[in-house]
Amino acid sequence: MNKIDTRAKMPSFEEMNLIKKFLDDTTLFLGPDPEIMQNHDLMPRTAQEDEAITRVSDSHIVAKIRDRIQAGCDEGYEMVEQMGAAPGAKWGDVITGVYSASGDLAIASAGGVLIFSALVHHPIKFIIKNWMNDPTVGVKEGDGFIHNDSRYGNVHNTDQSMILPIFHKGKLVCWVASTVHEGENGAIEPGGMPSMAESPSDEGLKMSPFKVVENYQIKRDILTFLQNSVREPKLQYEDMKVKLFACLRIKQRIEETLNSDGPEALVSTLRLTMENVRAEVKRRVSEWPDMTVKTYIIQDSTLRENCVVKINCKLTKTGDRLIFDFRGSSPEFTNRATNTIVAGLKGMLAQVFLCYVWPDLPRGQAAFAPIEVITDPHSIVNCSYDAPNSQSLMSIFTGFTAGQHAVAKFLYSCPEKFTKVHAPTFNMINTFIWGGVSQHGETLGNLCADLNGMGAGARVDRDGEHALAPIFATMADIGEQELNEEEVPFLQLVSKKMTRDAIAPGKYRGGQGYTMMVATKDSEQWGFMTTAQGAKIPPIQGLFGGYACGCYPLSKVQGVDVYDILLNQPEKFRHSIEEIMNEQPFEGARYTTHHMGMGFEISKRGELFMISQGAGAGYGDVLERDPVGVVRDIEEGLMSPEVAARLYKVVFDPVTLAIDFDATEKARADERKARIARSVPYSEFVKGWNKPKPPTHLQYFGCWGDDVDTLYMGSPDRTRRGDEPRPNYMTHPKDVRIAELEQRLMALGAMGGEKQ
Amino acid sequence: MKIPMTEYLRIDLDKEKWECRVCDHEIAPAEGNYKEGLLVHNRDPREIHPPILDPERYRFTFSPDPEWVRILEFCCPNCGTQVETEYAIPGHPPLQDMQVDVPALKAQWARRGPDMLPDAGPAVVPGRGHGH
Ligand SMILES: [Zn+2]
Repeated sequence: MNKIDTRAKMPSFEEMNLIKKFLDDTTLFLGPDPEIMQNHDLMPRTAQEDEAITRVSDSHIVAKIRDRIQAGCDEGYEMVEQMGAAPGAKWGDVITGVYSASGDLAIASAGGVLIFSALVHHPIKFIIKNWMNDPTVGVKEGDGFIHNDSRYGNVHNTDQSMILPIFHKGKLVCWVASTVHEGENGAIEPGGMPSMAESPSDEGLKMSPFKVVENYQIKRDILTFLQNSVREPKLQYEDMKVKLFACLRIKQRIEETLNSDGPEALVSTLRLTMENVRAEVKRRVSEWPDMTVKTYIIQDSTLRENCVVKINCKLTKTGDRLIFDFRGSSPEFTNRATNTIVAGLKGMLAQVFLCYVWPDLPRGQAAFAPIEVITDPHSIVNCSYDAPNSQSLMSIFTGFTAGQHAVAKFLYSCPEKFTKVHAPTFNMINTFIWGGVSQHGETLGNLCADLNGMGAGARVDRDGEHALAPIFATMADIGEQELNEEEVPFLQLVSKKMTRDAIAPGKYRGGQGYTMMVATKDSEQWGFMTTAQGAKIPPIQGLFGGYACGCYPLSKVQGVDVYDILLNQPEKFRHSIEEIMNEQPFEGARYTTHHMGMGFEISKRGELFMISQGAGAGYGDVLERDPVGVVRDIEEGLMSPEVAARLYKVVFDPVTLAIDFDATEKARADERKARIARSVPYSEFVKGWNKPKPPTHLQYFGCWGDDVDTLYMGSPDRTRRGDEPRPNYMTHPKDVRIAELEQRLMALGAMGGEKQ
Repeated sequence: MKIPMTEYLRIDLDKEKWECRVCDHEIAPAEGNYKEGLLVHNRDPREIHPPILDPERYRFTFSPDPEWVRILEFCCPNCGTQVETEYAIPGHPPLQDMQVDVPALKAQWARRGPDMLPDAGPAVVPGRGHGH
């Protein structure tokens, strides 16, 4: 048979230009721009910046102006915190920042959630690239842009930003922005972070950056549309105004600087601040030992079902280069919400450094700019446009912990330290997300600020602090529950009481988490959800022989009205999850336990939902813990005497708790001998332990061992290559359950002849 | 020079060995995996993180699920100090968590000199520990 020549004629140079012009003129959709979204480094120095630095580079002037801009950002931050309507705003889940004319974050407020502002440079760069020269949009003085779609640069679409360009004599000199965790966004579940989302279309309002303010006025037509798109229309308006006015206050402070010192001084300050921080980070990294550190963190659920999802991290330092390699982490889930865009992971890793390693550096984008990040495409830490990511916190937080755990091993030997070496902080948002109609008839959807009460990791020389701060905002507060209760129809019947024996032991123990028990009271249209992992596998690792935290489940008591109990038989009430669940004091009630991915569930009056915040990890060998510290933990109700004696080998009088130091020393020496006796040499151990593939009894996602090229997708014989994306669908947990039950019915011959 | 690398491990730059900081035991070659010179115990996580809810009645108890995760405890074969823990999926090969570039470490410390050795936490004293 003759071969037919099917090769087409190659287009000429002129034709290629014509094709390119045609494509440029007829772009049908401006999706997230990979050139913007994959890059977290600073933009190149512009001619305007070069000229400004030639004119002004005196370090005293730069420091003075930086302090003034910093104070302006802090002022804006205070305004949002004081006036914002979102619960997140009230407790510090906000931030403000000033960005260079090219869009880089130069200076952020000292308080607040740094990761928000560390991501806003992406939407600003999108505006610069696409709207600035578009005759139908444009960027003018008095404009303001809104944004929340994470795919264009955000953690998740519950965070909304207001972005303002700042002009001086008609020329763009910088941008200011304010970002708030707003909560409601019209997703399939209230509160803005749906774990039930199976596609981006389930995640509610998705705003690519667009103009919503002209002449410093919010455009009413667009505002009304946005209000109709969410469950809290008043909050939407109020907080857009608050963010706008915070930006205007920062603008005012910038204008004062422009008038007193001129635009070159401002432009030079923003640029030099970033360049100097970037150079200082390189210097600090070069002081670390050249080494590769490996760790992994396990997510034990997708929030819909329990399974094993690996976050794999290899951190390599060579000279002044630092490279995070997350290849081998789980493939993205096509229909689960726990994926993150890679910019979200990077933003959270930036927090490792700016909040925990080098908190002395000016807060901005530059501190992470020179650090490199490698991921597999379409993985859980670098998900595609089509993957839902409303619960990206699960992956950015476990990614953060992997980074925090790895970094500690580099820092120990460094002569120059800026913070103390410490074990990982607890990393899950163990709190109640809530929604419905309040006792005042308002439609609400948001969460308890207890998410900010994560236990801190133990440090090199002292215990971790209890319920200290969330990993995303070291200055945030856990809020006043009593104030909250004036607006919502439920009470926290037990709040801020440490959960006994939910410990992270070590020479220095982790800071512990506290119990929360909620019950709806004054609404028939009210419910809760919880969105955390770690009910089967701890979501952190211990450090240098210390242990991680344990696990944290959800407990429910249904078929009871505890408000009736409290009124009529108050002696029956108990103040710990342990006592309520084990003693079951309310007759006829149902007592159940669950993983922490509870989809939104309507609650009945007086039914109990009970959870605990988590503990930060422990540091060092438990046998080196000061016996006095062990007894203090017993006295403070952190640990029961039996557990303390068994774990720490401290000998004390059960009544007086007086320590027998000599007996303790002997018990500890015996335990060291017992360790040696029960342990086996490494080479022998791995012969029995190591398996070539993941176990068949677990749904496992990610690489196994050091082979990062092969990613398992739920079973030992289903894989993809790291660099070759494949869909990864999960079956609805209810369908899984129905199939199990049908199998049983079938086996019993009880299907009743149902036609198939 | 001996560089403290973790709470319990140091590298002797001259001998190029990982050593125990508690008992001076020589553990493994510095460029290799220090875990190869330690002993390992496969710990049931319920022994460290005790069930708070009755395991007879409840699926979730505050303890990690021993079929889903184990704690690998690594200790010094000479003094029994617990040097490292690894929360591991059953059968997952233990990680080489620290792979040191020894020539680079030597060069770095040759430039610094012993005066720069870090104040790397309290001295490690076996036995009673340091009561306050
Ligand atoms: Zn030893």
